[in-house]
Amino acid sequence: MILFQILTALGTASSLFLVAAGLTVIFGVTRVVNFAHGSLYMLGAYVGWVVLSHLPQTIFGFTLGCLVTAAIIGVLGVLIEICILRRLYRVPELYQLLATFGVVLIAGNVVQLLWGTRVVTLPRAAWMQATISVSGHPFPVYSVVMMVVGPLVLLALWLLFSRTRWGALVRAATEDREMVGALGIRQNILFTTVFGLGAALAGLSGALSLPQVAATSQMALSAVSDAFVIVVIGGLGSVTGAFLASVLIAVLQTFGAIIIPQYVMVAVFSVMAVVLVLRPNGLLGRAGKGGRAMGDLPKLVEGATKLVIGLGVIAFIAAALVPAFDTGYVLSIMQDALIAMLFAASLHFVMGPGGMPSFGHAAWFGIGAYGAALSASSWNLPMSESIVFGVVTASILAALVGSFMIRLSGIYLAMLTFAFAQVIWALATQMTGFTGGDNGILNLWPDGVFASPTAFYALVLALCAGGVLVLRRVLFSPFGFALRATRDASARAAASGIPVGPVRHVAFTISGGFAALSGGLFAFAKGSVFPTYINVSHSIDALIIVLLGGIQTMAAPVVGALVYTGLRDYLQAATTIWPMLLGIAIIVIVSLFPQGIGGAAEHWWARLGSRAKSKGG
Amino acid sequence: MAQMQKTLEVRNLRKSFGGVMAVDSVSLEVAQGEMLALIGPNGAGKSTCFNMVGGQFPPTEGEILLNGGDGTAVPIAGIGSRRIWQLGVGRTFQITATFTSMSVRQNVQMALLSRRHMIWKFWPRADDLLSDEALALLEQVGLQAQAERAAAVLAYGDLKRLELAIALAGAPKLLLMDEPTAGMASGERTALMALVRRLVSTTGISVLFTEHDMDVVFEVSDRILVLDRGRLIATGTGAEIKANEQVRAIYLGTGRTSGGH
Amino acid sequence: MGFTRRHLMAASAASLAVPYVARAASRDPILIGEVNSYAAFPTFTMPYRNAMVMAVEEINSKGGVSGRPLKLITKDDGANPQDAIRAATELVRSDRVNVLAGGFLSNVGLALSSFAKHSNTLYVASEALANELTWQDGNANTFRLTPSIYMLVAMMIDDAAKLPATKWATVAPNYSYGTSAVKTFQKLLKAKRPDVTFVAEQWPTLDQINASATVAALAAAEPDGIFNATFASDLVAFVRQGNTTGLFKNRSVVSLLTGEPEYLDSLGSDTPDGWIVTGYPSAAYTAPGNEAFVTMYKNHFKDDPDWGAVIGYTLIHSIAAGVGRSKGLSLAELEQGFAGVTFPTPFGQCQYRAIDHQSTLGAFVGKLAKKGGKGTMVDFRYVDGASVLPPDSVVEKLRPKS
Repeated sequence: MILFQILTALGTASSLFLVAAGLTVIFGVTRVVNFAHGSLYMLGAYVGWVVLSHLPQTIFGFTLGCLVTAAIIGVLGVLIEICILRRLYRVPELYQLLATFGVVLIAGNVVQLLWGTRVVTLPRAAWMQATISVSGHPFPVYSVVMMVVGPLVLLALWLLFSRTRWGALVRAATEDREMVGALGIRQNILFTTVFGLGAALAGLSGALSLPQVAATSQMALSAVSDAFVIVVIGGLGSVTGAFLASVLIAVLQTFGAIIIPQYVMVAVFSVMAVVLVLRPNGLLGRAGKGGRAMGDLPKLVEGATKLVIGLGVIAFIAAALVPAFDTGYVLSIMQDALIAMLFAASLHFVMGPGGMPSFGHAAWFGIGAYGAALSASSWNLPMSESIVFGVVTASILAALVGSFMIRLSGIYLAMLTFAFAQVIWALATQMTGFTGGDNGILNLWPDGVFASPTAFYALVLALCAGGVLVLRRVLFSPFGFALRATRDASARAAASGIPVGPVRHVAFTISGGFAALSGGLFAFAKGSVFPTYINVSHSIDALIIVLLGGIQTMAAPVVGALVYTGLRDYLQAATTIWPMLLGIAIIVIVSLFPQGIGGAAEHWWARLGSRAKSKGG
Repeated sequence: MAQMQKTLEVRNLRKSFGGVMAVDSVSLEVAQGEMLALIGPNGAGKSTCFNMVGGQFPPTEGEILLNGGDGTAVPIAGIGSRRIWQLGVGRTFQITATFTSMSVRQNVQMALLSRRHMIWKFWPRADDLLSDEALALLEQVGLQAQAERAAAVLAYGDLKRLELAIALAGAPKLLLMDEPTAGMASGERTALMALVRRLVSTTGISVLFTEHDMDVVFEVSDRILVLDRGRLIATGTGAEIKANEQVRAIYLGTGRTSGGH
Repeated sequence: MGFTRRHLMAASAASLAVPYVARAASRDPILIGEVNSYAAFPTFTMPYRNAMVMAVEEINSKGGVSGRPLKLITKDDGANPQDAIRAATELVRSDRVNVLAGGFLSNVGLALSSFAKHSNTLYVASEALANELTWQDGNANTFRLTPSIYMLVAMMIDDAAKLPATKWATVAPNYSYGTSAVKTFQKLLKAKRPDVTFVAEQWPTLDQINASATVAALAAAEPDGIFNATFASDLVAFVRQGNTTGLFKNRSVVSLLTGEPEYLDSLGSDTPDGWIVTGYPSAAYTAPGNEAFVTMYKNHFKDDPDWGAVIGYTLIHSIAAGVGRSKGLSLAELEQGFAGVTFPTPFGQCQYRAIDHQSTLGAFVGKLAKKGGKGTMVDFRYVDGASVLPPDSVVEKLRPKS
């Protein structure tokens, strides 16, 4: 039976590897964190379904169909690279990620519009249902095919990279991007072809998955999440590493299903976290690759101009006057926006000035919300005390976890935070007796003096606006300077006596505490907490807000929160194709304002100022 | 703990990277108030020596002793750059490293705040603190006119000056300068190193520096050490080094008399 | 055919009854605010919304409720409770709806229920399955139309208990719907058959099943019977892998929701024979009420109705009935009007029970079979929801006291 399980695991490993291989190749060369990789896989499944439906149901027909699909998705990848990403190579890496996230939204919606709402399944030919006997148990021929295809693709990639001129260039680009420029190679063509290859691999694996699974619009997110885990464990840019990691994860899933069926996901993300803590560059990754701070653009940080202060004061007064006009929907929308602002500001604190990107910031929001909810419901703490309890809990945890986090940087750090958030999410979902599972903890409405909507709104306004201002003030304090110094030049900072690790650690803790405050307020604003507060899409929301606002702009969280939550709420209320429109909006904004909206506004303002000066003088 | 008169003493320093000996049995001493130049062709191991003394990475073997101030010899090999800074070592980097999101003045303020143990203050505006002192340091290196510019937009030579000001803000006893004049015009080089020379005579700090421009080296240094392929091949005054056959053969003889960038 | 659309209408008109009609001062519409996962789970929610719109038109063409037309406003909940509350806030505070309704996901249903209580609004949960909604977390403001997880499992339990299987394994998605289904099944089966043992549990992540691993682990436990609660894409992957490796050969399978057309359709030629399932046979159920409903739906949308359509259609009729029975539109009056109201469904009259606000709408239990490359339900029967609910004394203990 063990042999049977091992073979099962190897079949799974190949499926996982095929998706991850494309992602790691793309990252290795272009440094694009391709969030849309899962969507390319999904499109591979749908397109593959169309193609295969027109071909004979034989192994030959299937092979041909898969290759045709790979080619189609490869071309699509090329188009995405040329139309969207090519404009963004000069801007910080996180903005490319944001653009690819726009593609995710669009692709999901397009699939629903084109193929309707049902899950799409490929009728299975006889060979797909055939089995061979392994220690007396029937073992699918399909799994055997997959077991062969995975290593075959690995071999093909190896040959491609080691035996062709193009491959040599790709390797050179992976090692050292400047060198490619120096050799006079048309970087554009290299990046486009690499992206096309990666997309083709995603398309191939999508088509190959059809005998086993149904195509659904939900498959994109789970595929990209798995692929990221594998790519990070294997080491970014390392195809062989991705293969090893696929085997590791597949073995974990297969044997985990028997030993700890309810905790397989926790185990997968825990393994990823452990690998990153022990080997910060993954199993076969090299140091320095993807380790540099993401979102860096050297830019002088200045205090607020009178205009910005004026706008801020006006906005605050306007916000404070809202209850006089509407105590209903507008009030609740404003409340949500204020909380989103504080949440985003706490992320901006570590990610912008701190240079520590996070894909899992919702963990702290969630810990704050759950801390408040649990202490309120099990110990009957009043609202204010329970929120404080949540903040203290989150800060202590952030201080503990932070000691592992701060040793990493760049995408590896981002992925470690992602792993941590997934574990917290899974625990919130699984520990039903403690957290109520997905059904959450209910009936937590504000009490005492804050029971009226207006009073609670005043509290939210005070704490969120106050919180944002405090975080801002800290960024201009000696500590804030030291934090930026560690990001700007950490060797220089250390050689000037700045304790780089402790400064980052404290910043991480502060950020966690403020995120928890926003989470605690949210719990009482919504009257309940749920694991969805911790899930990936909530982390991504915060990331989008900060990036749209402009990561190096101090006003980013405020601008971004207003633009993003306003846009999303409006579209969601207006139309069912809101995901597509939101995706398009994100891509347009990123293309027009590669430094974020706040960054662009600052830039225009500065130009306006200098023009006025030159006219005056 | 052993007594020492020197500011810095290095004994049998070795560093290997994956089996390649980048620095091999280097010993040197820097006296108080002495300017010591470390020269050698590219890849001779100068920066590696610097990074071991500065604490950027630990040596494979060997001792590095720093004068603890009261004559005690403090071993600093592998203790990390922040501890080394605390013991009074300031440095500049071969590839300039400044705080790009800050103005020139704020860069120096940052270093001053660190020295005054003020970085754990979370409330006061850093921009208002120690500003005069920062400007005074900038004046010393001739950057006062550019104090409010962004460090990110400075010319290369000015960056080098800024780095010097940042290093001086730590009030070092020993200053390590890795290629302090690279990228500067030759007039600027002489001026900058003359400035350093003045600092040495007025404050009594010691300087260990590497430099490609031999004119500068011969002009300002008290003694010169020549490194080749990780080994120390000669030590002496400018005149002695100029006269050294071996140095001439491997180094001066190649015609490389000025910075090769 | 004896029973036509007109009959269905007559039944609903009768149930609207008199009290409110006399006092209908205005012709202002009665607003129903509905929140659901339209973007995320269109498979269910699209036919559901179609049927709601159809029911609203049908009722309005007959003069509305107490002389006032119904107006339906739907909002997307982004498949998460926090967005659902935002949408509900808009409906209640801005659109000033008279009745809040909706919820496909259990956590959305629970969040809306808590919000309804907080905002003094009446809420009718449509498809949220969590037992807690009308029991442990039940409140006076909340009614629920669809049969709960407990009820669905209880409908199948006699059939499961009759099976010879004694060693059972379970597979369910790893979230509260799944855990609740498995727990209920284990408890109810054990009560009927003390001799059964449960030898394995599989908990694949929702929408991310690793079917090879799950099936291999189940096979390794060598059970006689399998209880399945996976659905949608997870179900397809599970069934395919299970079919190929012979997991279901000589084993009894009892499966929740699999007979609903939404999920059965996607199985196609992979549909396994003989599984005992809950679901809805759609056009295959030829009782007059259902036939009228199927015909009407087909006339509108050129398709057989899914379970979602049943729920959407019935939801509107149940709200019309509840409002019609109320003396006014205040929360207290609506609560009184809804508690104990009977309303028409394609399967006959049902009731929102006064004791726990759970409707007595039932579901179908039958067996899966393959016909012409498609899955269908055979040997099915409609199980009245009232017949599987626990005695009132038990329900009283489950409801919170306040």
